[in-house]
Amino acid sequence: MADFETPELFKHIHVPKPVPGSMESSGPFIAKPDHQEALGFPHELVDNWEEKAVEEMGNTLQKYRGLRVFLDSCVKCGACTDKCHYYLGSADPKNMPVGRQDLLRSVYRKYHTPAGKFLSKLGLEWLIGAKSMTREVLDDWYNYYHQCSECRRCSVYCPYGIDTAEITMAARDIMDKIGHGQKYNNEIIGKVFKIGNNLGLPEPALADTLEGLEEDIEDETGVKVELPLDREGCEILLVTPSADFFAEPHVDGLMGYAKVFHEAGVTWTLSSKASEAANFGMFIGSYENMRKISLRIREAAIDLGVKRIVFGECGHAWRVAYSFLNTLAGPFDFLDQNYPIPQHICEFTHDLIQKDKLKFDPSENDWMTLTFHDSCNVARASRMGDKPGGQFTIPRDIIKKVCNNYVDMAADTIGEGTYCCGGGGGLLTDDLMAVRVKGAMPRMTALTNVVLEDGVTHMAAICAICKSQFSKVLPYYNMGMDMIVSVHQLVSNALILTGQNSEDENEAETAKESE
Amino acid sequence: MSTFFALLFWFATAVIVLGLAFKIRQYWVTPAPLKIPTTPAPTTQAGVVYRMAKEVIVFESLFKSNKWIWIFGWMFHMSLFLVLARHLRYFQDQPWFWVNIIQPFGKYAAFTMVIGLVGLFVRRIVVARVRYISAPSDYLMLIMLFFIGFSGLIMNYVSHVDIIAVKEFFNAWMGFSIGDFPVSVPLIVHLSLVALLLIVFPFSKLLHAPGVFFSPTRNQVDNPREKRHIAKWAAELENNSKG
Repeated sequence: MADFETPELFKHIHVPKPVPGSMESSGPFIAKPDHQEALGFPHELVDNWEEKAVEEMGNTLQKYRGLRVFLDSCVKCGACTDKCHYYLGSADPKNMPVGRQDLLRSVYRKYHTPAGKFLSKLGLEWLIGAKSMTREVLDDWYNYYHQCSECRRCSVYCPYGIDTAEITMAARDIMDKIGHGQKYNNEIIGKVFKIGNNLGLPEPALADTLEGLEEDIEDETGVKVELPLDREGCEILLVTPSADFFAEPHVDGLMGYAKVFHEAGVTWTLSSKASEAANFGMFIGSYENMRKISLRIREAAIDLGVKRIVFGECGHAWRVAYSFLNTLAGPFDFLDQNYPIPQHICEFTHDLIQKDKLKFDPSENDWMTLTFHDSCNVARASRMGDKPGGQFTIPRDIIKKVCNNYVDMAADTIGEGTYCCGGGGGLLTDDLMAVRVKGAMPRMTALTNVVLEDGVTHMAAICAICKSQFSKVLPYYNMGMDMIVSVHQLVSNALILTGQNSEDENEAETAKESE
Repeated sequence: MSTFFALLFWFATAVIVLGLAFKIRQYWVTPAPLKIPTTPAPTTQAGVVYRMAKEVIVFESLFKSNKWIWIFGWMFHMSLFLVLARHLRYFQDQPWFWVNIIQPFGKYAAFTMVIGLVGLFVRRIVVARVRYISAPSDYLMLIMLFFIGFSGLIMNYVSHVDIIAVKEFFNAWMGFSIGDFPVSVPLIVHLSLVALLLIVFPFSKLLHAPGVFFSPTRNQVDNPREKRHIAKWAAELENNSKG
């Protein structure tokens, strides 16, 4: 299948002994000059990149307290060493969170700390693990900072809350600024600026797709559910990952959102300008690009005259939306202040369920036994609802409302300790397939256990990256790519629309009777 | 010898006070431009104080993470705290009453402190993952702390030192005069290493002590939707791009 080995699954997630260099490679494809150009970065590695990298590190240290504190505070206690899914799956010690951090920390110590500067003069920098900025170091940065999905699992377990995601973002930003960017991320951000979304779907293609989906829903239910695009004067602007327009199982989720809005009786629209929820500016740690991407959403909301913004199922996107949007593109004083700004589609649906406004026939999902994968950035970098931990309970409440068969995976693999899918943070590209498959090992272990013990047939997720990643890696672990479903796909299956054709109602009733 | 130690300690004290003041100021003035608490996180300031207290007093995250590191690490830090508190009496004419109360506990804490350090040291060597991430300074730091504790224990239980004289020396030292230093090998080892510790503190990973309080993943309130958070440099970026 490929030139790497898929990790063997054991009953428990197995912590490997370190095998130095096991994931050594030249890293993902390097951004071409035009990819760099669109983001305002140098076209290729600049001449004096060593000095420039050190200088950019200094600038970043002035701007981000977190980076400075994290680089200073690590005591090398080892608590994080068995927490990263990429280490567990690959055994490369530079994939241990502290191993990854030290690639940057060693350079920080040499050039930006008094101890490093002093000991370097005596030739003793090795005492404190300080290193010069060399080509070897840069190659390690490029390789290993593209083996981190910025999932923050390490930050939960670190006694000082050191978040490797912040270090990875800083390193990628420095590399971009010296002309050594990653193709996948930077090309995609370029597409967002040029066309409006990650997949590069232009407005006519979007309109066409949405029309097709309206027909599908009508064929199935007999109800005309609209999926409007660029309609002015609606109440809600829906911003969703562009995968929702395009691929299974994402698109079933989108139909679910449409049905929920329809039943709620609210007017809503998508925007061709903000036809993408994801914000890859975060992946590359570029505040400027992240802000520019976020501003599209503000502009779309103003142009279309909406009162609310709702986000579709997407993990890192929800982090940027929940945690950063107000900072990057706020204040949103022109929106209706009675609703959270922005709101997650799960919050929206959950709220309707609480108010008993949706009618479901959960037996429509009886052919499946579900489990739920907590997406890393929803779990550890955001919230839903008004209580801490709502990001765990709200999606589960929805699933349990629309499905009769639900089982959780092992407690230490979900909730705040959830394992990343292995494809987040800008790694969802074919040139990183080995990393993605190995990094999925812990999740695949937990999933296999509930499949064998509880007869789980499907895993639901609320993230476009998780869905795409699992579709791709499940087969490597001898499971079907269609095991992964959208939460709103389950909602869609079970939701009974007002005026839904009688055939379906009959079916639903017979199903209920047979219980 | 008296002059040497008096000067050394004035120097070491100045280094740690000024060094820490510099670092704390640096952490204080560097902005955290984005809301990045590790969630689930408290939604109120009081909640953050509670979270931080659990982190600093019982090492909550470390407890979640690894019981061996937690038990040795917590044992060492709590013991160190007791031992330090006990040492206050060498600097006070009339020790506070609680300083007197904890004297016996502080003495036994010296044992648990040293045991904690040995545990951490053994882990660093035995566990391959931890060995991989250890620089020479990581071992040296533990060795330094070990010998501080060990020399203290020697003075307590094996080779007693003229503690009245030590107290007189440090009381004089605090008044910027040089008293008589009671020369003894364990005391020289003990105090030299303590001075080294004070000097190294603001330049090393010991900065985790002030650092933890400034860690944005632990000290931020989870309220980004309710309250707009914006750093000064980010606001400037905004204004410039409008202009």
